[in-house]
Amino acid sequence: MSFEKELEKGQFCIPECISCKKLIWPPSEFCNLCNRELTLNKSEFEGKIIEFSRQDENYFCIVEFNETVRLIAKMETCPKKNQTVKISKCGISQGSYYFHII
Amino acid sequence: MIKVGIVAYGTTPFTKDDHKIESILHKSTNNLFQKYPKIDKKEIDAVLVSTNDNSKYLSAILSEMSGIQPKIAHSIESLCNSGTNSIVSAFSYISSGLADMVLVSGAERYDSPGQILEWDNSRGEFKHPIFWASIFSKSYKQEYGITEEDLAIVSVKNHKQAKENPNALSKKTYTVDDVMNSKKLTDDLRLLDCSRPCTGSASILLASEEMTKKLTDMPIWITGIGQKTISAGFTKNISLSSMESTKIAGQSALKMSNLDISQIDVAEVHDAFSVCEPMALESLGFTKSGQGINMIKNLHETNNFKINPRGGLIGCGHPLGATGISQTIEIIQQLQNTADNRQTDNPKTGLIHNMSAAATSSTVLILEK
Repeated sequence: MSFEKELEKGQFCIPECISCKKLIWPPSEFCNLCNRELTLNKSEFEGKIIEFSRQDENYFCIVEFNETVRLIAKMETCPKKNQTVKISKCGISQGSYYFHII
Repeated sequence: MIKVGIVAYGTTPFTKDDHKIESILHKSTNNLFQKYPKIDKKEIDAVLVSTNDNSKYLSAILSEMSGIQPKIAHSIESLCNSGTNSIVSAFSYISSGLADMVLVSGAERYDSPGQILEWDNSRGEFKHPIFWASIFSKSYKQEYGITEEDLAIVSVKNHKQAKENPNALSKKTYTVDDVMNSKKLTDDLRLLDCSRPCTGSASILLASEEMTKKLTDMPIWITGIGQKTISAGFTKNISLSSMESTKIAGQSALKMSNLDISQIDVAEVHDAFSVCEPMALESLGFTKSGQGINMIKNLHETNNFKINPRGGLIGCGHPLGATGISQTIEIIQQLQNTADNRQTDNPKTGLIHNMSAAATSSTVLILEK
């Protein structure tokens, strides 16, 4: 999947339908609304922290982008709910995606 | 639609033992046949196996080991609610007339691959269920002003009730302080807030009305079924302090049975983690939003076993594919007044709530005698 190729390079993108422009998350091959192909939206997305907790020194946060896309990301400093954040680092490690935010 | 009853059940103890999946499936099935010698295996039309195990062809294997040659045999996997989903499939085979009698057998090993949903990459590197449970706990506590001590009551109550269940994994009771001082997994979750994976199996035999009346003088009827899947990924949950799929499944099941939630006498709810019990009670309508912990405290203080009499997932352990069937067996025993020290006061109606992957999917069953 091209999403994963970009993610492996450290580039965070969100798949978007070429026809109806719906953002599709988790990443997929086709639009779940109109069934058309997807392209990658490579905008510099700003996210909002919805909720968070902490394990040892690492905070894990639910971050929402464009009011539809949610993922869990790691943050090193203490988050606040509704805080605006950006993806600072992302990739694939041992088959799993990872996202860091600042 | 043909009425469907439950005529027999069997189970194994839930343990941390290392047994082959085929062996434990056979053990609970054999326990069922030993307890109900009147059952003619030739009359079993379908054998359904509920599991997340990677082993193949388990329903055919179980059929051969048990001496059954069914018309229909297959496995069903749906993470933690595989068990009740299998019961729904069995119900459908019978109510449609495709089968007269169906054996449903669920099993899991302590090292089940079903504990982590690898597909859900939206969880990033936080795929283990303790992370969604921590987010639920944080959100629920903040929204309703609930403390960690308040939530600890769930674990205290369910371990106490599990002590009366000879098949439960837990044999100990704990205090609120014990829960509070147990290993901190995250800022919002302690070890004793969690159900534990284990090895176990549970089996149940469903039959048409005619067959049920022939085989048992204590029939239990499945009168309500509700199911709802919102998504597969945890991050699609809009609310982090309630269970949308549970609300919808619960309402569907109650509508089908023509009952109101206030008429349910006893219930098994899916307490995979402490916070799940009050969230489930609220989403099912047993109590208002934010009042689940008060209901649980009241039940605990009055030693009322109405909710999770067998000890819940926290007390019993959670062998994924067997859990929903084990919950159903508990409600059968309650309705038949055979639950020994766990027996509630002559219940006539019971509810089973079984869910998967942070309540992205829920199944609710209603049983009546």
